[in-house]
Amino acid sequence: MYNLTIAELVRGLQSKAFSSVELTQHFLDRIAALNPDYNAVITVTADQALKAAIAADKRLAAGGAPALCGVPILHKDIFCTKGVRTSCGSKMLDNFIPPYNATVVENFEQAGAVVLGKTNMDEFAMGSSNETSFYGPVKNPWSTDCVPGGSSGGSAAAVAARLAPAATATDTGGSIRQPAALCGITGLKPTYGRVSRWGMIAFASSLDQAGPMARTAEDCALLLSCMASLDDKDSTSIDHKIDDYSASLNNSIKGLKIGVPSEYFSEGLDKGTEQAVRQALSDLEAQGAELVDISLPNSGLSVPAYYVIAPAEASANLSRFDGVKYGYRCEDPKDLQDLYSRTRAEGFGEEVQRRILIGTYCLSAGYYQAYYGKAQQVRQLIRQDFTQAFEQVDVILGPTCPSPAFKFGSKGDDPVAMYLEDIYTIATNLAGLPGMSVPCGMVDNKPVGLQIIGNYFDEALMLNVAHQYQQVTHWHNLAPEGIA
Amino acid sequence: MNIKRQEIEKLATLARIAIDESTIAEVTERLGSVLELVDQLQAADTSGVEAISHPMQGTQRLREDEVTELNQRQALQAIAPDTEEGLFLVPKVIE
Amino acid sequence: MQSISGWDTVIGLEVHVQLATKTKIFSGASTAFGAEPNTQACAIDLAMPGTLPVLNKQAVHYAVMFGLAVDAEIGKESAFERKNYFYPDLPKGYQTTQLEKPIVGRGNVEIQLADGSTKNIRIHHAHLEEDAGKSLHEGDFRSGTSGIDLNRAGTPLIEIVSEPDMTSAEEAVAFAKKLHSIVTSIGICDGEMSQGSMRFDVNISVKPSGSDKLGTRTETKNLNSFKFMEECIAQEVDRQIDLLEDGGSITQETRLYNGETKTARSMRSKEEANDYRYFPCPDLLPVVVTDETIETLRRNLPELPDARQARFVKQYGLSDYDADILGSDAGMSVYFETATEKSGNAKLTANWTMGELAARLNSEAIRIANSPVSAEQLGGLIARIADNSISGKMAKEVFEGIWAGEGSADEIIEARGLKQVSDSGALEQMVADVLAANQAMVDDYINTDQAKRKKKLGGFMGQIMKASKGQANPQQVNQILAKKLNELL
Repeated sequence: MYNLTIAELVRGLQSKAFSSVELTQHFLDRIAALNPDYNAVITVTADQALKAAIAADKRLAAGGAPALCGVPILHKDIFCTKGVRTSCGSKMLDNFIPPYNATVVENFEQAGAVVLGKTNMDEFAMGSSNETSFYGPVKNPWSTDCVPGGSSGGSAAAVAARLAPAATATDTGGSIRQPAALCGITGLKPTYGRVSRWGMIAFASSLDQAGPMARTAEDCALLLSCMASLDDKDSTSIDHKIDDYSASLNNSIKGLKIGVPSEYFSEGLDKGTEQAVRQALSDLEAQGAELVDISLPNSGLSVPAYYVIAPAEASANLSRFDGVKYGYRCEDPKDLQDLYSRTRAEGFGEEVQRRILIGTYCLSAGYYQAYYGKAQQVRQLIRQDFTQAFEQVDVILGPTCPSPAFKFGSKGDDPVAMYLEDIYTIATNLAGLPGMSVPCGMVDNKPVGLQIIGNYFDEALMLNVAHQYQQVTHWHNLAPEGIA
Repeated sequence: MNIKRQEIEKLATLARIAIDESTIAEVTERLGSVLELVDQLQAADTSGVEAISHPMQGTQRLREDEVTELNQRQALQAIAPDTEEGLFLVPKVIE
Repeated sequence: MQSISGWDTVIGLEVHVQLATKTKIFSGASTAFGAEPNTQACAIDLAMPGTLPVLNKQAVHYAVMFGLAVDAEIGKESAFERKNYFYPDLPKGYQTTQLEKPIVGRGNVEIQLADGSTKNIRIHHAHLEEDAGKSLHEGDFRSGTSGIDLNRAGTPLIEIVSEPDMTSAEEAVAFAKKLHSIVTSIGICDGEMSQGSMRFDVNISVKPSGSDKLGTRTETKNLNSFKFMEECIAQEVDRQIDLLEDGGSITQETRLYNGETKTARSMRSKEEANDYRYFPCPDLLPVVVTDETIETLRRNLPELPDARQARFVKQYGLSDYDADILGSDAGMSVYFETATEKSGNAKLTANWTMGELAARLNSEAIRIANSPVSAEQLGGLIARIADNSISGKMAKEVFEGIWAGEGSADEIIEARGLKQVSDSGALEQMVADVLAANQAMVDDYINTDQAKRKKKLGGFMGQIMKASKGQANPQQVNQILAKKLNELL
């Protein structure tokens, strides 16, 4: 059962080939058996899951149940789940039990999905390797001495290892797409404002977006339909028609114009990855799409701009963690300043502390204009690059990452080496555009991903292209060894 | 980029994060490396370019002025580190 | 410009006004005063992870109304920023406020001074922001700790920033009072100073008379009484002048004034200037106010104090002085008009409102809105004075009765049988009886020199009033008595 896609599971549940309780127990057993190898799941909610499965089976029996009713899923531990510990991968929230659900969680609950537990992640979503989690690193199921990518490493590894057919995740600079690529699965970051951020612990407010991870585009379409909603509790949630993502998957892509940015095929790109991506582009051409060379001239500025804006916003978003209202508090604080500075020094890991300091620096008096002000101007330039490109093409394709999964600790002590992992994904967050990654090959026995970037609110087209690609390729069907 | 230790100490105070004496040199070096990365922004020609603070167009929605949240003190304080008489306690503040 | 022995004073005010909305600026929790700690602080107010702000429409409208009331430019597109600092009563570790693009721009407020002159004080801008919670440093909780109550966190404020146009404590207080009058008149703030509905920060500097260069200023924060503001300004100006005359210099600092001890001190925590690292708040989008909204708010804007004062003079024939007192206080003016409508006599109502009522309310520290004697009741009482049903003296007794909750004026007059006797026949009889019973007094009167007779009337009056249990109409009695005595001469 674990190899079935969501679409197949839904059919199975509807036709009573199996029940939600059976399915749920099946995945709970797999998590119990296999998770120790990968450390993808940090909280398992077995009792709640089985209760939800029983309720789902009742709904299914009554008829007219929503599409995802009875389907087991995992939530990245960044989504507040009422009554269930939500840690955001941090010691700071190790004891945090939210009294409310994130809207994403609510949406799945209403749809009757069964929550198996919470997945591991880079602390406060800051990272590209899932090495910064308080709960220990996540191992890539394809090669357990390698990283799964981050920050949604737990969600990606869980789906790759078939511990669940689906997992929710978040993407601020590539945190859905990059781990999806490194773990050989499909992941999608929607247009900014498409999915509500209520109850999703904030890293960088103007960049964060929640999205689905699964093995296929068809599955992601089902999941996105559930996740997308207009939410009055989130002022940045946008009132834009929600397409029927599943309905257009089978549209022909004949005549589709695919933009290929020259900047995404430059010297940092690993040769094996480049080959796989170019092959993917040929495969799409064979289906009738037209490749168009384009340029996104300000691409080189995206990583510097991001590493000003994201830390700046994070430095303010993380100020609330002060040991006063909830979360970690240091022992025996001797005065107020000691309470703050020791709680935060002990509660936050090194990468989080570093980003807070950078953010503080970029906003300080005397530096604001040169850093933050400048970065927000560069952001405009990057957005304009895409607007111009989309006048000529329908989608933009390229590699998701510069290389396949790297070994733990191999990025060494220089934080910048890690930051460059996101070199192809960051610009889409800055512009607010949707992007996704689909598996497109194997290099050194490790997966590599093809990135698809769509125009604003064009998730349906992205999914359509991805699905058509997956109809003629098999990469998304591969599974790592040792997960049986 | 050379960032001075005093700057780091000032930032640590502003951000209320205690940095241990033993790690401050390393923190300084790594921060310097990140600042070198972001300094690449200076080369960009942004004359006449408007800074944006939101990725999408749009204006703020307004909420009706009606009470929708009632007393939830018990639930919300159940997870608080230190409370008494309904108050959150912190070490005594001297202004 | 007022000068103190060669020095000029320069004062600017920053005024925090709590908007009288039902809910917080960014959450749906109540803003009602006096609730148990943390019972009006929801997850958003507690800055729980993943919570987000949504802007209160009424707060926006109230801010625009203020702008219209001071003839200010309205910021049709304004934006929120984050002001970053750590303090336990600031749950997010930043305050959401406005900086570069405030909702209200430049405006003007005219103040009246004691000498009858007027002066224009310029408003630099007014912006929307959220209030912080409260820190209690003493209470029924563990010693060595401070207790944080976040009920107030998130209450909408407008911060009104003036230009440094004031040159004396009198001008500053007049400006502060005028603002109070404006915001209460248009109904955007309840004006309860004791509850912290309006708080004043005063920026004070001095410079040698005639000099163009401004001196270093100090800021005294969180004054919530006009009296304390006046005292504090006088003290601070003296302190600065003394320091400068002794050859010292003024440290730019933030100070706190203690109204009980009448002393001020520097705030310890502000040794280093805070770097607030303002940046646009990414969780809130630009706030747009349309021309239609502005026009609707302008059309429905309640009467402003200046207009009301002018109307009181014209409509009720009040003196400028009376109109000023009654018209500048929103609560008092509503009371006065309601009472006058009932009584039909504006002058008497004005006197009673400003006199007897005000004195009684003040002595028990009761707000006019909570007066035990309602406007209708006072009006009813005054109507009975005006139609001669009771004397002025009796009225005071009836007033006490209403205050004590015995009912309306008519009910009390009836119950206590206080109706003034104005029936001339009855009064004639009363006077005759008293004269007949007091032959000695009558003889004494007749034998007194004409010039000294008037003084003797009091004695007869006393007897008559006693006989009538105070209910004889004194003016009529006077006339009848004089007539009868004359007949006897």
